[in-house]
Amino acid sequence: MNAFQRMNTALMVDESKQIFKVSRQAFVDPDILEAERAQIFDKCWLYLGHSSEIPKPGDFVTRQVGGRTILFARDAKGTLRAMFNTCPHRGAQVCREKRGNAKSFQCFYHGWVFGLDGALRSQPGEASYAPDFKERGTSNMQQVGRFEGYRDFNFICFDRNAVSLDEYLGPVKEYLDVIADQAETGMTIVGGTQEYSMRANWKLLTENSIDGYHALTTHATYFDYLKATNGGLAPVPLDGAAHDLGNGHAVLEYKAPWGRPVAQWIPMWGEDGKAEIDRLYQGLVQRHGEARAKRIALYNRNLFVFPNLVVNDIMAVTIRTYYPLAPDFMNISAWALAPREETDWARKYRLYNFLEFLGPGGFATPDDVEALEQCQRGFRNSAEAQWNDISKGMGKATPSYDDELQMRAFWSNWNRHVFQASA
Amino acid sequence: MQDISRADIEDFLFTEADLLDEWRLPEWLELFTEDAIYYVPSTDVAPDSSPDKNLFYVADDRFRLSERVKRLMKRTAHAEFPHSRTRHLVSNVRIRNRSDDEIEVGSSFITYRTKDGVTDTYFGSHRYRLVAENGRLRIREKRCLLDSEGLRTQGRVSIIL
Repeated sequence: MNAFQRMNTALMVDESKQIFKVSRQAFVDPDILEAERAQIFDKCWLYLGHSSEIPKPGDFVTRQVGGRTILFARDAKGTLRAMFNTCPHRGAQVCREKRGNAKSFQCFYHGWVFGLDGALRSQPGEASYAPDFKERGTSNMQQVGRFEGYRDFNFICFDRNAVSLDEYLGPVKEYLDVIADQAETGMTIVGGTQEYSMRANWKLLTENSIDGYHALTTHATYFDYLKATNGGLAPVPLDGAAHDLGNGHAVLEYKAPWGRPVAQWIPMWGEDGKAEIDRLYQGLVQRHGEARAKRIALYNRNLFVFPNLVVNDIMAVTIRTYYPLAPDFMNISAWALAPREETDWARKYRLYNFLEFLGPGGFATPDDVEALEQCQRGFRNSAEAQWNDISKGMGKATPSYDDELQMRAFWSNWNRHVFQASA
Repeated sequence: MQDISRADIEDFLFTEADLLDEWRLPEWLELFTEDAIYYVPSTDVAPDSSPDKNLFYVADDRFRLSERVKRLMKRTAHAEFPHSRTRHLVSNVRIRNRSDDEIEVGSSFITYRTKDGVTDTYFGSHRYRLVAENGRLRIREKRCLLDSEGLRTQGRVSIIL
């Protein structure tokens, strides 16, 4: 019997004593990863891509999602498609480009040709097949069983019995609305994907992405940098709250001193920038009213969608998703999301904001990578030093953005999936 | 700029590499002009893309570059504390274009970074725009084009490439 089978929970929780601990076994055990694949990644809604990435008929991207290889395409009628990128004939990946525009997809192995909707159009030597071979529909590229979107965020799910995306997201939708409502004409993914990896367990990045507690120590040099910038920041202290959104989802919503291209001005942006930010803010007020405009413009959101999607609406907006290849290794993909109608000025500052803080070449993310990899190294001692502590803020009526409520929400749901679903 | 040879440029680039490998970053920064830029584009955009329109890994103007150097010399730049050990190899140096006041140079690089028992390899090409200031070569633009698919498995560009 392995360690995982001996456990029936990875958590040690006592609300009355403000104890919440997570077994470090959860970060290192291959059997845990196997259970996560079966109970989480094969069951939950997973982020696939944003509609703006494939705006025209024939546009496609290929993507790894939940361990599968997916072809995400817009067919001739403009309908979005999510297909398993494998030839129904003998299995080769049909589309081998990362992105592009196509009239059809051809598997190079034996030359089968598929429409943008995945339907088999022709195959060499058709006369040698049954007369109704194509009409049977069993030799089309297979569509992913569940494929749904909300506000241009598209998700897939490999469990045909899963609840609808709408139900799965629940209160998350309201936060996606706040983020999408920044734009008048819709949000778009900006060119350039940040693709990187970490030698760390994927759940460490979940924690890190919604962790307000680490900012001042891990990112000390980022705050040094902000202070050094000409004119500096807005006189707005870090302050806000964490919310458990159910189903393992969570959000931090808070004010912060950095500039937001929609729409918090900082002195560094000068008078021209002030005019632009004022114009954007007035647009929000007209479309959404004063209260909602204020929330859209002046509040930051670190939104976590269980199990592996982060939408951080901070000094820029990032969509980040990640997937484990081993207990101590994950791949990460990150995109910048922006209002389609944004001016060149705002777009430039958005992208600079993004790469200063968020990217693996920036002044902050490399230190997160270091922190997570150091955690993973520390877990080599997990047979003896067994527990992580995430009790900060327990017992408070309204936990702060720098407490650990949001992590407890994640871990509680994770624990239900991994242990109770298999019980 | 007409009398500068490829050997002169190679000497300059090899010196630059040494300064990086010896973590003499403030001296390295002095190789750059006051209007210099240092770019590492993401690997799925065109080589001559603008960071104003596309998401890059690094898009430093001289100010941000000097802040990068300041940061990397601090103990609180956790990704590089203690400093990693690196070796910047420079090869395939060619003069791509030459005008009265500027030389465009292309080169290939392999940079090894080792820390905590893990060695990562960065590889690709550099495009430089060099100028002469007070009789010495200076870098006006350094554009680092990674050949890898993203930063897998390096995970970060915490060093200067």
